[in-house]
Amino acid sequence: MKKLLIALMTTTAALSLAATAEAADKLKACWVYTGPIGDFGYSYQHDQGRLEVEKALGDKVETAYLENVSEGPDADRAFERLAREGCKIIFGTSFGFMDPEVKVAKKFPKVMFEHATGYKTGDNLGIYNARFYEGRYVLGQIAAKESKAGVAGYIVSFPIPEVVMGINSFMLGAQSINPNFKAKIVWVNSWFDPGKEADAAKALFDQGADIIVQHTDSTAALQVAEERKLHGFGQSSDMIKFAPKAQLTSLTDEWGPYYISRVQAALDGTWKPDNVWLGIKDGAVKLAPYTNMPDDVKAMAEATEKKIAGGWNPFTGPVAKQDGTPWLKDGEVADDGTLLGMNFYVKGVDDKLPQ
Amino acid sequence: MDITVNILLTIATAATPLLIAAIGELVVERSGVLNLGVEGMMIMGAVGGFGASYLTGSPWIGLLAAIAMGAVFSLLFAVMTLSLATNQVATGLSLTLLGLGLSGMMGTRFVGQPGERLPNLDIPGLTSIPVIGRLLFGQDPIFYISIALTAAVMWFLFKTRTGLTLRSIGDSHTSAHALGIHVIRYRYLAVIFGGACAGLAGGHLSLVYTPQWVENMSAGRGWIALALVVFASWRPWRVLAGAYIFGAVWIGQLHAQAFGIPVPSQFLSSLPYLATVVVLVLISRNKRLTMMNTPASLGQPFVPDR
Repeated sequence: MKKLLIALMTTTAALSLAATAEAADKLKACWVYTGPIGDFGYSYQHDQGRLEVEKALGDKVETAYLENVSEGPDADRAFERLAREGCKIIFGTSFGFMDPEVKVAKKFPKVMFEHATGYKTGDNLGIYNARFYEGRYVLGQIAAKESKAGVAGYIVSFPIPEVVMGINSFMLGAQSINPNFKAKIVWVNSWFDPGKEADAAKALFDQGADIIVQHTDSTAALQVAEERKLHGFGQSSDMIKFAPKAQLTSLTDEWGPYYISRVQAALDGTWKPDNVWLGIKDGAVKLAPYTNMPDDVKAMAEATEKKIAGGWNPFTGPVAKQDGTPWLKDGEVADDGTLLGMNFYVKGVDDKLPQ
Repeated sequence: MDITVNILLTIATAATPLLIAAIGELVVERSGVLNLGVEGMMIMGAVGGFGASYLTGSPWIGLLAAIAMGAVFSLLFAVMTLSLATNQVATGLSLTLLGLGLSGMMGTRFVGQPGERLPNLDIPGLTSIPVIGRLLFGQDPIFYISIALTAAVMWFLFKTRTGLTLRSIGDSHTSAHALGIHVIRYRYLAVIFGGACAGLAGGHLSLVYTPQWVENMSAGRGWIALALVVFASWRPWRVLAGAYIFGAVWIGQLHAQAFGIPVPSQFLSSLPYLATVVVLVLISRNKRLTMMNTPASLGQPFVPDR
């Protein structure tokens, strides 16, 4: 037993040494995901971006990732470990990695850090995000057209600005078609629990919603829609295979082009911390092919998508807050700062925002 | 009325995997072994069940594969803790970690592939009876297995001689050994039974609850099952009650939110856990009876020749 153990230890040591030697002249780019890469949702899409980097930059880079990293203070260790292991550029892909990344970035000034969906920056910490709300406006319009009941069920994870912004944009889109449109909102307090997402979808359908929207990551809710012969929208990746008759479209994330440009900048030595917010026009937010809807609805969705790509912002006044107080004047466009810190609902949302 | 039936069916689906995994673990713990690897065995069952169903096209084969996968995986725990007398807590925890990792690796090629759902029972003439038809004769096959399993375990533990022997081993393995009972053999069988149940519970997740494979899809249900066993003070019917209370409050809080009840959702989300613990603690508040039901040698390694 002891001999075996020693043999094992030597092999591991040799292997890790080999890995370092090989990595010496390559740039090591690393990713931290909050979910498993097999979630077929948010983390999966980020990892697809990583694979695109490998494909595009080939021999010049080496990539690594850590999955299932819990958000919050515990993430410190993950980032620190990657920084110590020689990662030169590290992408933290979830909102909850913000403070850990700020902390670790200060400790490793020579490592380049990037954080997705947050708002804190540093000398070596840039932020990037995608304007998912642009796509959600389109979803809202489709939902209002397609729902017979005039009620959508909305499954959401946590009350962070990103999610609140999505609900608001969805509602603005829906109200632009049907001013009396309602959304029933269920917080599942998890990014990833297929069973719970399915249960939430069933509850929402049972209470009269006939279209399901989600800001959680699994395909479970859409499968329930398929079973009940109702409709819904996919999230993060194209989920049409799971719901060929139920999926209207899917709000997908395409991180590849951005990751390639950033890792390339790191290779060239031109990397600087930045603050970018990519949208439909950059190809970072995409809507999967429109299916299971009449042609006029499809045409409307495509027109809206085009309008947004042309620079129009769904958060353009007049918009009132939930309690009726005016927020945006006629023609006024919400600034990015307000959107990124959004902690209030717009008029017509039928829910109390958890604080 | 339709909505009530729908809610009850949803509750049954949510409670079934918890009940099956907990009943299996109950038998394991009654034999004096603490296997904290339920979550790991469950997720292995889920990947095995989905994989077999995907590859063969038959969810029924998937069902069998889930059971087999859980049983085989638990064998690892049995060999470690029973034959090599390792620490049960540490071994169980590592079984969970191993299961989560291994299932992710095994399941890579199934990610993003839709699976086939195990069909619901459909008896002509009976399933179509209003209200009770779908509740009694229209659910998924694993639901019926879970109820039958609970009844069978109750009967086995408290009405058969073998069940009595198993419980006596859980209370004092040294005395049982002195009486000539083959402690290790009993415990092996108990652990494998527990593994098969956890595997079946996992199969329920990937073949009925949400017919798909995604990593970590058990999302902590194995831990809930473990807690149920303790709070139910090792009584099968209380496990059944606990699983259904948990399921009911779990679904109820989702409905409360959809209905727009102005209670913070974080509080509502914690309610299933709170309610289940409170109810089960109230049921088992008789200290002496609880002591009697607690397997006295739970978690202690047993080496026959010492």
